[in-house]
Amino acid sequence: MNQTVIEIENLCFAAAGKAILNSVSFSVSSGQRLYIVGPNGAGKTTLLRCLSRIVGGFRGDIKIKNQDLKSYSQKNLAKILTYVPQSLDADIPFTVHQFVLMARYPHLSPFSVITPNDEKIVRDAMEMTQTDCFAHRIISTLSGGERQQVSIAAAVAQQAEIFLLDEPATYLDYKHQNDIQSLLSKINKTLDTTLLCVTHDLNAAVLNADAIIALKQGRIVFAGSAAEIMNERTLEEIYGKKFQFVCHPLTGQRIIVPDTIK
Amino acid sequence: MKKTQFIFIIVFAVVVLVISPFIGSIKIPFSALTDFGHTTIASKIFYNIRLPRVLTAFIAGAALACCGVALQAMFRNPLATPFTLGISGGAAFGATVYVLIAAFLPIWLGPVLFSFFGSLAAAIFIYGLTKLKRGFSVGTMLLAGVVVNFFFSSLILLLQYISDFTQSFQIVHWLMGSIEANGYAKPKIMFIFTAAGVAIIAACGAKLNLMSIGDEIAISRGVNVRGTRKIVFFATSIMVAGVVAFCGPIGFVGLMAPHICRLLIGHDHKILTPASVLFGGGFLVLCDTIARTVISPAEIPVGVITALLGGPFFVWLLIKDNGTANAG
Repeated sequence: MNQTVIEIENLCFAAAGKAILNSVSFSVSSGQRLYIVGPNGAGKTTLLRCLSRIVGGFRGDIKIKNQDLKSYSQKNLAKILTYVPQSLDADIPFTVHQFVLMARYPHLSPFSVITPNDEKIVRDAMEMTQTDCFAHRIISTLSGGERQQVSIAAAVAQQAEIFLLDEPATYLDYKHQNDIQSLLSKINKTLDTTLLCVTHDLNAAVLNADAIIALKQGRIVFAGSAAEIMNERTLEEIYGKKFQFVCHPLTGQRIIVPDTIK
Repeated sequence: MKKTQFIFIIVFAVVVLVISPFIGSIKIPFSALTDFGHTTIASKIFYNIRLPRVLTAFIAGAALACCGVALQAMFRNPLATPFTLGISGGAAFGATVYVLIAAFLPIWLGPVLFSFFGSLAAAIFIYGLTKLKRGFSVGTMLLAGVVVNFFFSSLILLLQYISDFTQSFQIVHWLMGSIEANGYAKPKIMFIFTAAGVAIIAACGAKLNLMSIGDEIAISRGVNVRGTRKIVFFATSIMVAGVVAFCGPIGFVGLMAPHICRLLIGHDHKILTPASVLFGGGFLVLCDTIARTVISPAEIPVGVITALLGGPFFVWLLIKDNGTANAG
């Protein structure tokens, strides 16, 4: 927790005349795990897309490592920051190894020569994410959970210090959700990677985050710690509904429980 | 990894290149090959007609296949080709304009230059559309291509209508797509255009690999997607201009060659591009050899042969992918 790596000031983004992000300002420090929550259509994914420059045309200032986001070349930006999409397309015709190797792109010379060092980095990334056991399978034959592991393996091989993750685990079963969360935690600890994670899963957020931001209709309506967001009034303000809480049996952290519907 | 298949493609291209000049209505004895003074008719036919023609066909096929590979990766769609996107149509219109004005405004490299303006105009139009609408669907893109093609072919019809009989015949003959060469002037110019285009596309291998996965992934890996699109469209326009100016709009090579190569050697553009270039070249030489021999001594335009083979292939692709071929 030291240096500021992302600094966003007054970020506004509109598409088709509709404001999607409205003067959003916050900063993220190196090695931090920041979770972004909020109802559907709050602008969470758009925020990540602005940061990774998948969409352009926003107003406001974004600084990555004290340098204006717009002044980076795409390649230099990719050395620092990577976007992990909600899921990889099911029809990718490359093998896992080929796909992870492609993540070395920002580090390659213009003639894209792959060095033994690149091969080693890819091997290590695949080992760390436990994707080495299916390295030679075609991605389209993998399950959703395996595809997500591969996506993260590629981000590791890219050696980006900031990961922008869009719902990394939400659509997976309980075991794979758990696997992905612990993998991200391992990456955060061993590589000191900064994680910016968009999610609908409030419990995953409060159990894993160092800090949480809540967006609603393109504005930040909450910024604080896990303990602070877990109270009736704050959550009702964000989601417009009442929540029930229990305490986690191991950590004592307040978490939400699903409503019973009769 | 896919070495055997790659070697197979090289062997195919070499064999076709070596054998084709010997096939035709007049037999070429081996002695004609060493007759460098061209004292015999057989030697003249071999060196001044057949060899340049085979080379022209090879270069044209290579260029079209290369365009197909790049466009298909970029659009993430196996049906994208210079033909289906209307880039060939634009080039054809440009060349037709030159046929009409050539009599009183002869320009050095006029046909190629005018083709290039046409193909570039079509490419810029399609590029504009991709910018306008993100997540381009197969349907929209093909529809846009059909519209561009239709637009340019109407313009060509209009020009034909106002042109005189000789010019009109010239245009019709050329529109069917035919590979004729007399000497090496044509293949030389085509070679320069094609070599430039192929070099650009080959250098984009890593970028095309990432773009074939998806723009979001490509951007987050550091590919300048917009810049690469511009480069690919530019390179494609150069190559298409070279081919169309001299051989007419030959369709379907750009569709079939990359697809067959993908089945053979996979999706890695670092080897897919050279493989498609070789296969496309060999394939068009083969088609042209068929075109000039089946009803010899008369000839069928090679465009007719490629279209007869390509039409059913196109339908097969559509059915196989159930019409939803990985929409972006």
